[in-house]
Amino acid sequence: MIASVFIDAFRFIPDHASLLFHKGVGTVELAFAALGIAIGLALPLGLWLGHKHRGLFLALALSNFGRALPSIVLIGFAILIFHFSLFGDCMVALIVIAIPPILTNSFFAVDGVDRDVVEAARGMGLTEAQILVRVELPLGLPLIVAGLRIASVFVIATATIAGIVGGGGLGDIIANPAAYRDAGVLGASYCVAALALVTAGALALLQRAAFRRMSPTT
Amino acid sequence: MSGLFLAKGGPVIPSFGKADKCITHQHWFCTSWVQKHWGDILQPALIQHIELTLLAVGIGFGISFAMALIGFRFRVLDAPLGAFGDFLYALPSLSLFVILLPITGLTWTTIEIPLVAYTLFVLYRNTISGLKAVPAEVLESARGMGLTRMQTFLRVELRLAVPTIIAGLRIATVSTISIGTIAAFLVADGLGKPIFDALEAPDIFKTELVASSALVVGLALVADGLLLLLQRALTPWGRVR
Amino acid sequence: MPGQAAELVFDEATKVYPGREGAAVHELSLTVPAGEICVLVGPSGGGKTTALKLVNRLIPLTSGDIRIDGRSIRDHDVVELRRSIGYVIQQVGLFPHYTVEGNIGVVPRLYGESKAWTKTRSGELLELVGLDQSYAKRYPAQLSGGERQRVGLARALAANPPLMLMDEPFGAIDPIVRTRLQDEFLRLQGELRKTVVFVTHDVDEAIKLGDRIAILREGGVLAQYDTPAAILAKPVDKFVADFVGLDAGAVARLRARADVPR
Repeated sequence: MIASVFIDAFRFIPDHASLLFHKGVGTVELAFAALGIAIGLALPLGLWLGHKHRGLFLALALSNFGRALPSIVLIGFAILIFHFSLFGDCMVALIVIAIPPILTNSFFAVDGVDRDVVEAARGMGLTEAQILVRVELPLGLPLIVAGLRIASVFVIATATIAGIVGGGGLGDIIANPAAYRDAGVLGASYCVAALALVTAGALALLQRAAFRRMSPTT
Repeated sequence: MSGLFLAKGGPVIPSFGKADKCITHQHWFCTSWVQKHWGDILQPALIQHIELTLLAVGIGFGISFAMALIGFRFRVLDAPLGAFGDFLYALPSLSLFVILLPITGLTWTTIEIPLVAYTLFVLYRNTISGLKAVPAEVLESARGMGLTRMQTFLRVELRLAVPTIIAGLRIATVSTISIGTIAAFLVADGLGKPIFDALEAPDIFKTELVASSALVVGLALVADGLLLLLQRALTPWGRVR
Repeated sequence: MPGQAAELVFDEATKVYPGREGAAVHELSLTVPAGEICVLVGPSGGGKTTALKLVNRLIPLTSGDIRIDGRSIRDHDVVELRRSIGYVIQQVGLFPHYTVEGNIGVVPRLYGESKAWTKTRSGELLELVGLDQSYAKRYPAQLSGGERQRVGLARALAANPPLMLMDEPFGAIDPIVRTRLQDEFLRLQGELRKTVVFVTHDVDEAIKLGDRIAILREGGVLAQYDTPAAILAKPVDKFVADFVGLDAGAVARLRARADVPR
């Protein structure tokens, strides 16, 4: 009995490949656009604060608060406060969700670099920017990528939820059992899960590469 | 077979009660409404949410602790166990709830399994890194003094790992409280219910949204604070980061 | 890139930290002639590391001046200044993500030298500090403490700076290796004749390495600045006499120093 639901779901996927693809692109667009903007905002700030060793309180408070606030609530508030399109409102919520892990991780990545190495670099005559880019950034890379990974997980999960309020993407299907029946909803869920795993997996590989590059020992 | 997913009914019309000006003018927070519906909407939801969270974190901690012990004892298993936690964490909550539905039905089990799964990521990593972080000199001197392996583990390693483990518990608890709101998509329990109700009203019901969100965040902050106190109580030997 | 050894002058250099009683360095005045090793010694809190870091402006001066070949350090662009000074610290601070060769080449590359040039230079310096060419491609994590410090030295010498600042460079090394490094450093100095300011808390090391020794007492006040022989022969007060551990051992060390080729 239950098995037939799964079979239907798996049949749904190829049957409605173009629909799923289309919706999938919607989710991807939303997610990656939000991620991109969040990175643009949070990464430089986190790196700079970490370099200056200032703003620890901000980094911690932000990450704590970001973790406590449910994504669905953020979406709700975004819709209430901003009056962009539904897509735009959801984007705002996603950006807000993505910022804390990126900011916090890049802060700690740079802040945590061995102080002796930084002092030696400064004493040798590297400019502050050169210290950040040539020393702190490479050494902090694994932690930074870990933050990106967490942010992407959050964003894809929330982009799916955005579908509940009509934000588009694969969430549309999941939130609409009347139209798509069980098979559709289940099928779309699999697609979202696959999307999330692929993204997380790619970033995990990136993180491992960064780690290997940063602490090379033959 | 169809109808498994028709858990969510149509739009919910919030009970305005008498024509309260505050409500009809859609203010952000109407204390009258909150007072009126504390007993029938907000408090039960809060209590359910607390139950949901305790269950998830309790089970999650048990499982990840066992996993960490295994990963710590057999280092070879550390990487795959960690990867397993990562894998589970990457799955979007909504999608995981939906996928489980045909298997476990509209019960709390369906909700708890993903919530437990998400705690594994943080709890496993923190527990095992806490255990690994015990300085070699400390272990060495314990051994030199004649403590057995088990005694060293129980009296030294485990106790020193407590701050890191509790840090993980704090993160996991706060995250669970937050993700637990999504559960209401399937099962109308927990603080997610008033949130969803508020969102699905024809005009988003601000007060209900604000009130229930405040409860979620408040609950998270209280839980975090309590765990922090627990940590301080368990580590009298010093202030920890 | 810089070259000739420079003369270093401290002119009433003072460092006061706001909110802290007393100065960290109090009106320090001394001249280090070009090509000499000046060792700053003193008890902890004596301000010797602070005084050192005033020179390359890692710590800003409160008042007074420091001049290199007559030119005030304030007149230089701070980054240019630091590139022209070799800086060696106790923990070395090698970049873990660069090879030995990469580390040595940091400052020359800042000056715009090509990779090929840096490679050759790195090879020269490895030989100079007594390391085999095979070390060039290794990473700091693969080196022992003594090897790392040699690389740190090579790195500081890479741009041929006229002035070297060394902050307890051999402090974290075990005694046997330390002696060897000290001897090799003296040999190197014999060849290169750099102006060196060397900080240490080890009086024996000071006597062994210094052409002149500056003893700083607590509060960054200069107690005595003279050649080791002069200090041992005529300590200016009880503090200096006690600090230097004036006894038969010290005199023996002084004689031993005369035997090391300079």
